[in-house]
Amino acid sequence: MFDDGPRPLVQVQDLRMYFPIFSGIFRRHTGDVKAVDGISFDIVEGETLGLVGESGCGKSTVGRALLRLYNITSGRVIIDGEDVASLGPEALRKKRPTMQMVFQDPQASLNPRMTLARIIGEPLNEHTDWSTARKLDRIYELMDAVGLNRRFANRYPHEFSGGQRQRIGIARALALNPKFIVCDEPIAALDVSIQAQVVNLLEDLQEKLGLTYLFISHDLSMVRHIADRVAVMYLGRIAELSPRDPLYAKPLHPYAEALLSAVNEPDPVRAANRRRIILTGDVPSPANPPKGCNFCTRCPKVFDRCRTEKPELREVETGRFVACHLFDDKPQAAGSTGASEANERNQQGVTQ
Amino acid sequence: MRLSPLNQRRWRNFKANRRAYWSLWIFLLLYGITLCAELIANDRPLLVKYNGEYYTPFLKFYSEQTFGGDLRTEAKYSAVEVQCLIASAGSLDCWDDPEGILAEVTEKDTALGEPVNAGWIIAPIIPYRFDTIVDTGGVAPGPPSRQNWLGTDDTSRDILARVIYGFRLSVSFALVVTLLTSIIGIIAGAVQGYFGGLTDLIFQRVIELWGSMPSLYVIIIVTAFWEKSVLLLVILMVIFGWTSLVGVVRAEFLRARNFEYVRAARALGVGDIQIMFRHMLPNAMVATLTMLPFIITGTIGSLAMLDYLGFGLPSSAPSLGQLSRQAQGNLQAPWLAWTAFFTFAVMLSLLVFIFEGIRDAFDPRKTFR
Repeated sequence: MFDDGPRPLVQVQDLRMYFPIFSGIFRRHTGDVKAVDGISFDIVEGETLGLVGESGCGKSTVGRALLRLYNITSGRVIIDGEDVASLGPEALRKKRPTMQMVFQDPQASLNPRMTLARIIGEPLNEHTDWSTARKLDRIYELMDAVGLNRRFANRYPHEFSGGQRQRIGIARALALNPKFIVCDEPIAALDVSIQAQVVNLLEDLQEKLGLTYLFISHDLSMVRHIADRVAVMYLGRIAELSPRDPLYAKPLHPYAEALLSAVNEPDPVRAANRRRIILTGDVPSPANPPKGCNFCTRCPKVFDRCRTEKPELREVETGRFVACHLFDDKPQAAGSTGASEANERNQQGVTQ
Repeated sequence: MRLSPLNQRRWRNFKANRRAYWSLWIFLLLYGITLCAELIANDRPLLVKYNGEYYTPFLKFYSEQTFGGDLRTEAKYSAVEVQCLIASAGSLDCWDDPEGILAEVTEKDTALGEPVNAGWIIAPIIPYRFDTIVDTGGVAPGPPSRQNWLGTDDTSRDILARVIYGFRLSVSFALVVTLLTSIIGIIAGAVQGYFGGLTDLIFQRVIELWGSMPSLYVIIIVTAFWEKSVLLLVILMVIFGWTSLVGVVRAEFLRARNFEYVRAARALGVGDIQIMFRHMLPNAMVATLTMLPFIITGTIGSLAMLDYLGFGLPSSAPSLGQLSRQAQGNLQAPWLAWTAFFTFAVMLSLLVFIFEGIRDAFDPRKTFR
């Protein structure tokens, strides 16, 4: 899709992350929770890829698996030319400085017994053999970069507000000059008034330092603000992966369509006329996903083929990837035909 | 060293508990005194001036010849002859009439009319060590008297001196054993809790097997093989005691291993050992600290029990448990029992009060003014 110009920094190929289920007296392996079930995407250097989806769809698992916080079940995660998924412990430790993470809950992700300077300085202790003075210089530099007053260096996390704590988390992630940062819902735990500050800070830093982000969020308007491309996940699989503007203008996958219809519309005239798609029913269990398309139990445009065959993610327009049988080369009649027989499967598509 | 705000608050909370605070000071005072037991209860003088020169017998060996005597063995400072020799700068007349010469020197600085370079002896308050056999002139468990303030035991040793040394030994023993068991216990619990899974499963079964071993019998058997000594007892107590902390530390680490800041540290590439001891242990310390008091008092109790049964320290060692055993064998000498009882009562009560204060001060849910 991209010519030789920008180089993909992160390449994810058929990533699977299954969590085993053990049951019975002998704790036998009786199944898997398929949190991430075969997803592939690339992130180009300097780009922000937004990853959206509802709770429990595997967004955070993808983020953690990318940084090898989990040992993945299968697949390849190539970050800056090396397959992170298969690195040995020492090589992985050496690799850590290139890839960092900003965590969801700034309160929980900072050790309550460490001062700000020690928290930010920890990656430096681990990966450099700098003198104390040089480390302190770097710590102050980072605090300036994220807009924290230098006087705060000896304070503890509980003495800061939520937004300040998230800045500490960002400073810690930046300490080693990473190329790639996974932002795992970095604004979900913050007040709305603070969210914009943190997102703007992330954007500024990206511009200054040439960072590449995987921005995981369920806040669609925030993703629209920051992301260049957006991947919509549903039940461990990518439903649609498109550049931001076309996706928000005209989502192709029925799930993306339903999800994006929930975005608030600032223009009252358009808001009054907009069509909201309300999905009913629950997300199926990732331990026992539907046989065909993962979305077939709730899809308003479901038809027979959806229940038997898993759709592959394929390019349907330039740069737009969709996993839906509606967009196959020889699309069958959609929506109306399947609807009559659909009732037996207890899947509902209500349109307003 | 400056305390962190959290520790400052804890110290304030501890001070607010007056009973714990004063118990701490009294205990520190008693333990401090007993740590200098050699200066308080010793059969060797602290300082001797002989013929214009100074000697420190409690630190160094001096033969009787040093003070003008005949023997090459250590001077027996309690003997009146030696006292006379020292006072009269080695006057030979001491062998004939030591008391008379001693009195004359003290009064007039002369020995049989001749002026001498008079010397003196500074003795400790209690002129007996824990193993000094005191010549009371009476029967063996001697009652409290001017000479022996708390009486003597069944081998005519001064009980007060033995209590002072025994207190030091009991408390030091408990502290050393607790330190070693906590180090091993914390490491074992941390490894189990942090890695979890199969490591935890296997380790836990090993601990169950180990814990069901009848440690008292093993100690009895081992002390029959090897000579009894403090070191051997410390090793045995640690071998059988380290499991007591594992449960608490393991539970804390199992809880903490999935905390976000632990995951954050892992994402930074911090090593397992660093994560365990830099990130998780300080946060698991509160639960661990509340366990420690039980281990300390328990260790003091076990030592006393072993001594009481006769399987603990060698019989020459100053031991409170052994004092209790003597009390049981000499019911006609109740001062033995009273001394043992009150020493244990005071020591354990002080410790319990202190630890109660510590536990409350570390309890994050307890609010103070």
